[in-house]
Amino acid sequence: MRISLKQHSVLPGFGLTLGYTMVYLGAIVLIPLSALFFKTAALSWGEFWGIISEPRVLASYRLTFGASLLAAGINAVFGFIVAWTLVRYPFPGKRLVDAAVDLPFALPTAVSGIALTAIYAPNGWIGRWLEPLGIKAAFSPLGVTIALTFIGLPFVVRTLQPALEELEPEIEEAAATLGASRSQTFRRVILPAVLPALITGFGLAFARAVGEYGSVVFISGNMPMRTEIAPLLIITKLEQYDYAGATAIAVVLLAASFLLILLINLLEWWSSRHHRKGA
Amino acid sequence: MSIEVHHLTKTFGTFAALRDVSLTVLSGELVAILGPSGSGKTTLLRIIAGLERPDEGSGPILFHEKDMARRNVGDRQVGFVFQHYALFRHMSVFENVAFGLRVRARFSRPSKQQIRLKVQQLLSLVQMEGMAERYPGQLSGGQRQRVALARALAVEPKVLLLDEPFGALDAKVRQELRRWLRRLHDEISITSVFVTHDQDEALELADRVVVMNQGAVEQIGTPDELFHHPKTEFVMSFLGQVNRFHGRVEGGKVLFASITVSTPRLEGAPAGHARVFIRPHELDLDLQENGRPGLKAFVLRIYSAGPTVRLELAAESGETFLAELSQDRFQALKISAGSTIFVAPRDLRVFGSGNGR
Repeated sequence: MRISLKQHSVLPGFGLTLGYTMVYLGAIVLIPLSALFFKTAALSWGEFWGIISEPRVLASYRLTFGASLLAAGINAVFGFIVAWTLVRYPFPGKRLVDAAVDLPFALPTAVSGIALTAIYAPNGWIGRWLEPLGIKAAFSPLGVTIALTFIGLPFVVRTLQPALEELEPEIEEAAATLGASRSQTFRRVILPAVLPALITGFGLAFARAVGEYGSVVFISGNMPMRTEIAPLLIITKLEQYDYAGATAIAVVLLAASFLLILLINLLEWWSSRHHRKGA
Repeated sequence: MSIEVHHLTKTFGTFAALRDVSLTVLSGELVAILGPSGSGKTTLLRIIAGLERPDEGSGPILFHEKDMARRNVGDRQVGFVFQHYALFRHMSVFENVAFGLRVRARFSRPSKQQIRLKVQQLLSLVQMEGMAERYPGQLSGGQRQRVALARALAVEPKVLLLDEPFGALDAKVRQELRRWLRRLHDEISITSVFVTHDQDEALELADRVVVMNQGAVEQIGTPDELFHHPKTEFVMSFLGQVNRFHGRVEGGKVLFASITVSTPRLEGAPAGHARVFIRPHELDLDLQENGRPGLKAFVLRIYSAGPTVRLELAAESGETFLAELSQDRFQALKISAGSTIFVAPRDLRVFGSGNGR
């Protein structure tokens, strides 16, 4: 997709749309983000380093990124199964199930947080069965992961669905006639074909999880060093009027997220290299 | 390896896709299954391949006298070529062809060199040398179908099954590929069955043709037999162009479109209502009546671009039909649109209500 300014196009207006894109991105995304960096600039390097290397802050980064990656990973696996079922098999109530996938999108995050906490708390519906097994779901890193998995699911399912729909059932039959087993067909034929979409879904779910605040603060219990996520620390600092400290944590969060998403995009680009060649 | 299927029945819900179909394909033969869409031809092919299961109570599916009905697709040693190629898009041409060898169990898997050699041989067999590193998206339709064929042949199948192999290609590529496939078949002499809805393709390519209609076999025979001795009305009208008249059989003669013809070809049609079939090239045209039973007709339209000239004619009774004549004859007659001519059938076939389907 190389579009040069000179290339004639049926639809004119490249200049107009590019200009609009730049202004829009600038106003909505770039200028607010740069304010973040300006605010942080009020700190000296030493102060900046002091804030972000605090053990409590480091612990929150570990939890945020660790739980987000884990949740996105869980969603990649189970979201695949959900998407596969929805695409491949007709069953009664399919539309309802399909709609239910979108619920985490639509629900206010605080509502999902309270609901999850109620269920996974030691006296909740599921929590009371986990408690005797020695599993503490709510108020633990596990609870954070559960909340982040919940909010990330639709991203994986919705990006995978079109890719799976595009996959003709004949290629599975072709693999079978060539002597491939079911697992070989899955590993060698189906998975590579939908891998770009799967990676995109993973990336989106991950990005969403890193920024998630509302649903997590209820289920995590917010114990410093243990179940405190980075966005919560930022809010805490803001409440103490420590704007520079809050932005310092945010800048690191932003930079790390940006790098990870860039990496995921590169991975997606690499895995789809064959799809771009021709039709 | 020979293929035999006996009394196959297949129903999808309430739709009977196959009704009591039996068929024998001899070893090394190239057989076409010909029929309109919905005639069950693809279902039959898929059942032979093992991609579909026949209904309970169907007879055996024998490959070289061994029953395969309970075997899985992968164990039947069939090569299957799909209408829309079904190539693996994320794999290069080389990887596609090598797939069947790579997925073998470790003890029977060939070495890397053997695979490389085998794939190269196959690619040169299908005339795709030098394309090994390309991806399916970079190939034309005909090239993709050749890769699909090489991929199917890589597992050294005993039987090659092709589902509308040229269906998605344009007319010129189709014809080339058709002849090429015939030569390839003669070269490697593998028992092959292909499905098509194109009568020219079936008649040109196959040793024998199975004509199917509404889930049942109408007739099996060589292209010659089918064209010259069709057993049913369906076969008659499906193979080649044909004019159909409504008439009556009376006292060993047939009456239609204001003429009476006595013909030995009554095909046992009983007295009463009958349908008369005449191929366009079996009509003799003349400017004057020549004593033979003929009918008067008006020339509606002339199609003279081609090796023969086709005329669209209207009989006095109002029926329109086609006649075909050589360019020379057409020049000699000096016919133009609007002329009146006399048409005498040289040959015809009659199907009565009894034996027509």
